[in-house]
Amino acid sequence: MEIDFKNYESLAKTARRQVLDIICRTKGPHIGSSFSCVDLLVVLYFRTLRAKPEDSQNPQRDRFIFSKGHASPALYAVLFERGFLSHKDMEGFAVNGGTLQQHPDCNPRCGIEFSTGSLGHGLSVGAGMAYALRKDGNPARVFVMMSDGELNEGSTWEAVLFAAHHKLENLVLVIDYNRMQALGFTSDTLELDPLAQKFAAFNWASATIDGHSFPEIVDAYDRLPFSREKPSVIVADTVKGKGVSFMENKLQWHYCCPGEEDYVLACKELEL
Amino acid sequence: MRQAFYDRLEEIARCDRNVHVLTANLGFKFFDRIRSTCPEQFLDVGVAEANMISLAAGMTVCGKNVYCYSIIPFLTMRAYEQIRIDICYHNLNVKLVGMGAGFTYGLEGYTHFGIEDIALMRAMPGMHIVAPDTVENAVKIAELSHTYPFPLYIRLGRAGIHSEKRRPSINRIGEASVLSEGNDLALIANGNMVPVCDAVAKRLRREGIGVTLVNLHTIKPFDHVTVQQCAVLHPMIVTAEEHSIVGGLGSAVAEVLAETSYKGKFARIGIPEQLDAGVIGHADHLWDHYGLSAERIYHRIKELLRSLSIREDESVVQSQICRSST
Repeated sequence: MEIDFKNYESLAKTARRQVLDIICRTKGPHIGSSFSCVDLLVVLYFRTLRAKPEDSQNPQRDRFIFSKGHASPALYAVLFERGFLSHKDMEGFAVNGGTLQQHPDCNPRCGIEFSTGSLGHGLSVGAGMAYALRKDGNPARVFVMMSDGELNEGSTWEAVLFAAHHKLENLVLVIDYNRMQALGFTSDTLELDPLAQKFAAFNWASATIDGHSFPEIVDAYDRLPFSREKPSVIVADTVKGKGVSFMENKLQWHYCCPGEEDYVLACKELEL
Repeated sequence: MRQAFYDRLEEIARCDRNVHVLTANLGFKFFDRIRSTCPEQFLDVGVAEANMISLAAGMTVCGKNVYCYSIIPFLTMRAYEQIRIDICYHNLNVKLVGMGAGFTYGLEGYTHFGIEDIALMRAMPGMHIVAPDTVENAVKIAELSHTYPFPLYIRLGRAGIHSEKRRPSINRIGEASVLSEGNDLALIANGNMVPVCDAVAKRLRREGIGVTLVNLHTIKPFDHVTVQQCAVLHPMIVTAEEHSIVGGLGSAVAEVLAETSYKGKFARIGIPEQLDAGVIGHADHLWDHYGLSAERIYHRIKELLRSLSIREDESVVQSQICRSST
């Protein structure tokens, strides 16, 4: 069956618009980090992940841990489109007495399998899940999405060693490699390159893709696991702030919230 | 104590295939039985405590019953934030088994001492804490922990001074055990300090001083009722713990006493916040140096009793002066 890439594009655009709206409404941070991972999330939720809102407690569902919890607006927007979250949930984003805080709180019914926000936990937790699921002969897979900044954390590398040693073929790490972290470029902070080779040296099977090309994302997800008896990593080259030209590759959008003029301009770029 | 704990856990693991025991590459020989009978339930994660805690959390949400083992500071401090978020914030019933209460590792030195752990674990929302004193009680805790529904920190020490035939004094996690009763003072201890205080209490009793000895093995949830009863019945309360004087058993008892407006004499015996430079030795040597040996605790209590009687004499004099002046 032919893949409808146009559909992914429009889902991604709608999600980005949702991200823009909820961030501007609440004057919140992390729009750049949210935009960079939207395309990866859209394909994950609309094609790859064996998890459905109507069957969210199924023990055999695939698990997803959004380790880069600070980019929660992107996660919420896609969970909303996929039917895990309601309008009411979205209206309660980052407001007093609301529903969704800026870092995701565990709620498997809404598709949030684990609370995140402190960097460098997600891969370890995911490895624990993958290890336990395999012990039970459960066919579920575990996906973890991580930022590049999280690769600075020592605990991440403890998990990288563990997953390869135990041949966690059911574990998939997706790295949103937008090459920018809180105070600057990754290359000026702690150089991560050559990243895919690092994982290869740690006995992971890797693929490097353009994290905004739907054909490449689909191809990578469809080929999982990349190798027998190895965990898989997708190093997705992405652009911080992707989708709104004046936000792309600009560090200020790690923290800053768009003003009114920025908002109008951004909306134009995100029109369907 | 540790061997007995793990031998019992091995029996439990044989009957419950959901039980998994993780270690951060420590516990040489102690896991031999479980490794041979339940190899699929044993996991050495390597020298990676932070990863071990998060792995345990991931395994638990997928239905496993997980125990994590390491030496106390590595288990509780290296992985503190993982415990905070992945275990406690998610309220997962992972069991953290720490070895080396207080100065157990004596000559190994400061890096291996477990002397701030209870303060740290007490501050952790939802974490329960238990410190068994004897082999029998450690075995009992292995049994009670199996179906315990909350995050649980199990603090093991060297103990092992009782035969395996002696009955455990712990009935329930969260319920202090009153080991003996007397009228003059209440001695509240946990872990390694319980047998030490037992010896002190016996010596005091021979001198006609009535001592209530409480094993307050569970530091969280805290048995306020037993402490309050001690406050009602005794003019003096002394706590003894193989832990920093900051934030442990003594602090927990002090909080209760302060809030119940206890009028008696109260003293905490524990390890000073800062250790003395250059002092090294086995646990017994360090206990003696820092005032935790039976001999030192006995003399400290005698001193406290003397000050109490002086205070009483003074207050008698004071009230006589008051009366005569009116």
